[in-house]
Amino acid sequence: MKKTDLILSLFNNSNLSKADAKASVEIILESLTQGIVSGEGVEVRGFGGFYKKHRKARLGINPKTGERTQVGEKHVPFFKPGKSLKEVVNKD
Amino acid sequence: MSVTKKDIADLLVEGIGVNHNQALSITNDFFDLIKAALASGEAVKLSSFGNFIVREKSARPGRNPKTGEQVLISARKVVTFKAGPKLKKETQLGV
Repeated sequence: MKKTDLILSLFNNSNLSKADAKASVEIILESLTQGIVSGEGVEVRGFGGFYKKHRKARLGINPKTGERTQVGEKHVPFFKPGKSLKEVVNKD
Repeated sequence: MSVTKKDIADLLVEGIGVNHNQALSITNDFFDLIKAALASGEAVKLSSFGNFIVREKSARPGRNPKTGEQVLISARKVVTFKAGPKLKKETQLGV
């Protein structure tokens, strides 16, 4: 499923115009992004949470040259699936 | 304070001028639609955000960390999220 499919399903499920369905998806994705970036995190009951994780600086190896290089510390986005999402993907 | 469905709904009220109940139902639909796709084993790819993929994990021997007892962890499916380049970059910058 792609973003356009999601927009179309949202449009079919509601009385929104297509433009508003598209705007809704963009607003939701932007709020998730802001929640992660600010470090606050996002929590959606039944779906999961989005967080920012810290990665320490480490000595990496360039796989092409075998050269050792310093990789700086960084922050990465992280998703933790919720209980109900975990259950539903295993229901066959 | 983490961002919740209520916060997202508030932004929808502001952004597209729906009332609070409609905003909440759009928010619920959004997550339910993604969940339903994943439940059917379909990957969800949202450009400018990231991809949700269902992966099959095979059974493996594990250990109960509390008792040290050996147990078999059964084969199962898990949802993984891979952030897209835009989200990764913004998280890194920490705007």
